[in-house]
Amino acid sequence: MWLVPKQIETLWTLFTAPVVWAAHFLVCYIGAAIYCAKPELVGLSFTAVRAGIAAATVIALSLIALSAWLAWRQWGFGTDDPPHDDPTRRDRTLFQGFATLLLSGLSFIAVIFTAMPALFVTECIR
Amino acid sequence: MSRYFSLSAASLLLASGSAGAQSVARTQSALEPAGAEAQQIAILFWVMLSGGAVIWLGVVGLLLHAALVNRRRLAEKSAVRVILWGGVVFPSVTLCALLAYALWLMPGLRPFAQASSAALRIEVTGKQFWWEVVYHPPQGPPVASANEIRLPVGERVELTLKSADVIHSFWIPPLGGKMDMIPGRTNRLSIMATKPGIFRGPCAEYCGTSHALMAFSAVAMAPEAFRSWLAVQAIPAEGAGASGGALFLRHGCGSCHSVAGTDARGLIGPDLSHVGSRATVAAGILPNTEDAVARFIARPDLIKPGSSMPAFDMLPPDDIRAIAAWLRGLQ
Repeated sequence: MWLVPKQIETLWTLFTAPVVWAAHFLVCYIGAAIYCAKPELVGLSFTAVRAGIAAATVIALSLIALSAWLAWRQWGFGTDDPPHDDPTRRDRTLFQGFATLLLSGLSFIAVIFTAMPALFVTECIR
Repeated sequence: MSRYFSLSAASLLLASGSAGAQSVARTQSALEPAGAEAQQIAILFWVMLSGGAVIWLGVVGLLLHAALVNRRRLAEKSAVRVILWGGVVFPSVTLCALLAYALWLMPGLRPFAQASSAALRIEVTGKQFWWEVVYHPPQGPPVASANEIRLPVGERVELTLKSADVIHSFWIPPLGGKMDMIPGRTNRLSIMATKPGIFRGPCAEYCGTSHALMAFSAVAMAPEAFRSWLAVQAIPAEGAGASGGALFLRHGCGSCHSVAGTDARGLIGPDLSHVGSRATVAAGILPNTEDAVARFIARPDLIKPGSSMPAFDMLPPDDIRAIAAWLRGLQ
């Protein structure tokens, strides 16, 4: 498990999943927009664009799953129930872990919704 | 206004002898589809509505149950389970299914991407506050018209949508979905009427002072009737040589309007070559009568605020009457 980052207490981990969601959204939409505006510039078929979106989606979902697992660990794997509202270091850590876990879930679903058009739309104009 | 429209629209259909007495619809409702695309959109609407209704009934039922029937507090474990399944899993799966259904419909609404292109292409350009229409049949030269779109029933038509000034949106609710007309861009829309009828198409994107007064009529007619109508439109109207035409030219109307068969070749305002045959004038807002045409010539700003056409009420009333009568005669 040496690949898994050590547990650190920072607010930045809270944003990881939404940032991955935003990056995935931009990659999908900007990629498709550039391809459909200037297909000759890219020189690939629309199938390649769909494959690219699929790859971006797999990467994004993996990163979000990792972020969720780290959050779950920070939340103590669910040993304590919310609300974590005592003014203690432990409650602050658990609260942040739980909030990160929820944001990871939201981002996971959002990434799937963003990628879904590529499943059905087979050409630029339909 | 709508009464005028339906009266003149009905007379138009009878005159064209196309759809005849069989079901002549005249609606602007997406819930009464008369086209293949609109049919799919209507089904999508009913699926979404039923899904929403079932969920709403479920939520209200649970609320009533919790408030009236069983007021016991749930154990913390079961409460968490209710939130997880009812508040997270169920909405996510339901939204996913509805989104998948809507996305699955999309390729079918854009059939023109297929190799076989539509037989007829109609180019429509939105302008403040009217519609320029040019028919591009597979054979023969383009045919110019305005503020009315005719299409053959049972045949796929491709619409090329443009705008000359601001963003407009093209929409014939009973025939298909709406599509924006964006300056500097060409959008495509495909529709296939399945029933004859006359439908109202409104501008569906706020485009200025008279946005609400920018409409057109879409006439779906039998294919043979459509083709003979288009052949008539391609040649100058019989009445073009009549006396009112001289007044039309003398008072400068020809610098903005075109009338085939005359020296009027203006391109700023609507093409009036066959204006007498249209159901309405002033882009779908006035009945096509001599009186209405005369009123519009005298004070277009009163009928359509913000219109580019200047008032001509300084002309002798007799001249205005004569021009209106001549225009009505351009069948």
